[in-house]
Amino acid sequence: MNAPAPCLIHNGEPVALSRVPRLSWADFRETVLQACEREGRVAALFGQPLSDDTLRLWAVLAHDDTGQLQLGYTEVGDAYPSLTPACPQTHWFEREIAEQWGVKPEGHPWLKPLRFHPSHRSGKDAWDRAAEVAIEPCVTDFFRVEGDEIHEVAVGPVHAGIIEPGHFRFQCHGEHVFHLEIALGYQHRGIERALVGGPNGRTLPYMETLAGDTTIGHTLAYCEAVEALARCSVPARAQVLRTVALELERLANHTGDLGALANDVGYQPTASFCGRIRGDFLNMTALLCGNRFGRGFVRPGGVLFDLEESRRADLLQRLTAAAADTANAVNLLWNTSSVRARFENTGWLSRDHALALGLVGVAARASGVERDVRAQFPSGHYRFAQIHVSGDAAGNVFARAYVRWQEIQRSLAFLQEQLRHLPATPLQTTPGALATESVVVTLSEGWRGEICHVVLTDPAGRWAHYKVVDPSFHNWMGLALALRDQQISDFPLCNKSFNLSYCGHDL
Amino acid sequence: MLKVLLARAHQGYRTVAYPAAPPTLPDRLRGRPHLDPTKCPPGCQACVEVCPTAALKIVAGKPQLDLGRCLFCPECERACPHGALHFTPDARLATSHRAALHFDGRELELARALDEQSRKLFGRSLKLRQVSAGGCNACEADLNVLTTVVFDLSRFGIRFVAAPRHADGLVITGPVTRNMRLALQKTWAAVPPPKLVIAVGACAISGGPFAGHAEQHDGVESVLPVDLFIPGCPPHPITILDGLLRLLGRLTPASPGKEIS
Repeated sequence: MNAPAPCLIHNGEPVALSRVPRLSWADFRETVLQACEREGRVAALFGQPLSDDTLRLWAVLAHDDTGQLQLGYTEVGDAYPSLTPACPQTHWFEREIAEQWGVKPEGHPWLKPLRFHPSHRSGKDAWDRAAEVAIEPCVTDFFRVEGDEIHEVAVGPVHAGIIEPGHFRFQCHGEHVFHLEIALGYQHRGIERALVGGPNGRTLPYMETLAGDTTIGHTLAYCEAVEALARCSVPARAQVLRTVALELERLANHTGDLGALANDVGYQPTASFCGRIRGDFLNMTALLCGNRFGRGFVRPGGVLFDLEESRRADLLQRLTAAAADTANAVNLLWNTSSVRARFENTGWLSRDHALALGLVGVAARASGVERDVRAQFPSGHYRFAQIHVSGDAAGNVFARAYVRWQEIQRSLAFLQEQLRHLPATPLQTTPGALATESVVVTLSEGWRGEICHVVLTDPAGRWAHYKVVDPSFHNWMGLALALRDQQISDFPLCNKSFNLSYCGHDL
Repeated sequence: MLKVLLARAHQGYRTVAYPAAPPTLPDRLRGRPHLDPTKCPPGCQACVEVCPTAALKIVAGKPQLDLGRCLFCPECERACPHGALHFTPDARLATSHRAALHFDGRELELARALDEQSRKLFGRSLKLRQVSAGGCNACEADLNVLTTVVFDLSRFGIRFVAAPRHADGLVITGPVTRNMRLALQKTWAAVPPPKLVIAVGACAISGGPFAGHAEQHDGVESVLPVDLFIPGCPPHPITILDGLLRLLGRLTPASPGKEIS
């Protein structure tokens, strides 16, 4: 029997659940593997509980070449044959499915908890742990290297700086790192579970704090999902202002990262200057909406605050000044041979590895993988105003730094262009009732990379299931691989070059 | 080297004048709210209904806002048809007691200075260890920013240190997730007494948007006693700095923006 016709949709295109094919396990597996063989990738793979015995496994496969998203699902019981041995991209997703729903991906080579919480289905546990046994964070079997003079270094959850918690376990021979294992979950706040049954008053605060440094990116993905389900058209002025906020978020974080990278190689001038300029960008977001992280700005149907004429002129002026300051501060990096040497000789991740792991965002682009939602799956104003995809093939810390610098310059030019003229439309419309028994996938290019929200509605138009994939979810394994055969003292630099989110991962 | 010097000249001197002069804040900043209960018609619940964290209550016909729960979002202000409630750009919000955050429109009882003996110990040198216990990285970011040249925290003798054993206290962000509870307690145990606890942000004070979730503990007070509460989501860096300076007795309660010494 032939497999049903694939369900191909675009970013933000709602589709009735009845139109998504229910695949046999064999067809589901084949669909995922084939997509990944052809440089497609797994944007999301998650379980939706239908009953105590049945879990619906959803796959969202992204085809960067055609800008299409392929949807499909299958249904499994308490176990299914793991996809990970044939498709490493699914590694992290299958661990999540096992932990959340107590369903075993049999044959998974690295089946450990991700966030260290009890299963969401009582009586089901992928590790057959008794219900009364407390689950302690990061108490698990760590991979160990044995041998003469091999030692293990454990770092975290509390780190030396002002940074979120996570645990890093290094297998070392002297300074040399053979393997790094990353164990997270300390930041788990139970957001996905709390979203089911929404939207309600707390939904927007959840979105704004999924990863607080990506408030605009996640809130945008959420609002676009609501608007798609309500078939609501967002006024042009709001669309432009949303891109302004998203690019300001990128500018603040990229600039801060370049400063932090400089700090990690002991180069104080750029560290100091960029630390301040990052705040200048945050203040521009506060000029727009009163909050440095963009809270309270993006809402379903539009935005809450206008950029009236005087404010527009003020913002343009501040951008011009910040552009000069950033160039002045960042170019010092490229002109300093000691900085270049440290950046160039640290943290390689090959293109093959980046593809195999399904990396996204800056980390993928710095390993020669051209992936950018703004160009390949554009939504909102990006459909009308293009932004070049940045990239570098070297795959090292230098490449990840340099891609950020390219993106800073392009975002600045983009904003200066967009702010020249704002469409004269209202700021908001009111979305109506949400489509029932439907599914929508929204992607937005946050500063770390692709943010993916998958929203399923029930017969009343409430959330039957809400899946969030932060770019960090794809990329943490990339950091682990980039540290292989490096010096342990390179970890801070390497870590900062990825700068992944702990809470965005832990949800 | 010459390029570095030229860059230094280009970047200029960027440290804020605060506290010698009032801070420059965004005009749209949602800081200390202004409540005017005389404008509230009987029975009106418009603001209460839209508050995402149940921070608002109507008590005897008057609105009361728990600043420890408030996310300083624009929802209540927009929902109020009578103009009885709006946010002002006043960034002074830190208090010494949880109860002082129950704001009814009267003057806020801002943080009091530590007693004389503590001020002798910490007043000119305060070393803090930060612990994120479920924070979303916004409070963390705006704590980090205090160490940049803009706020230059070390000019007040305040520094963030790497080890709890070197610290005089903890600055805690996040609702205290179940998975961070033990690490937080261990970090606290490693700080030598006398020691302080500073809770930064709505999550650390009340659980914020996650209040009630089984995965967290509704804030720091469930685990440790708190000496300074700094509300916000996240608090503006000036709000945090203002709170720290008040705690150390470097500002008088009545003359904001003026240093004593």
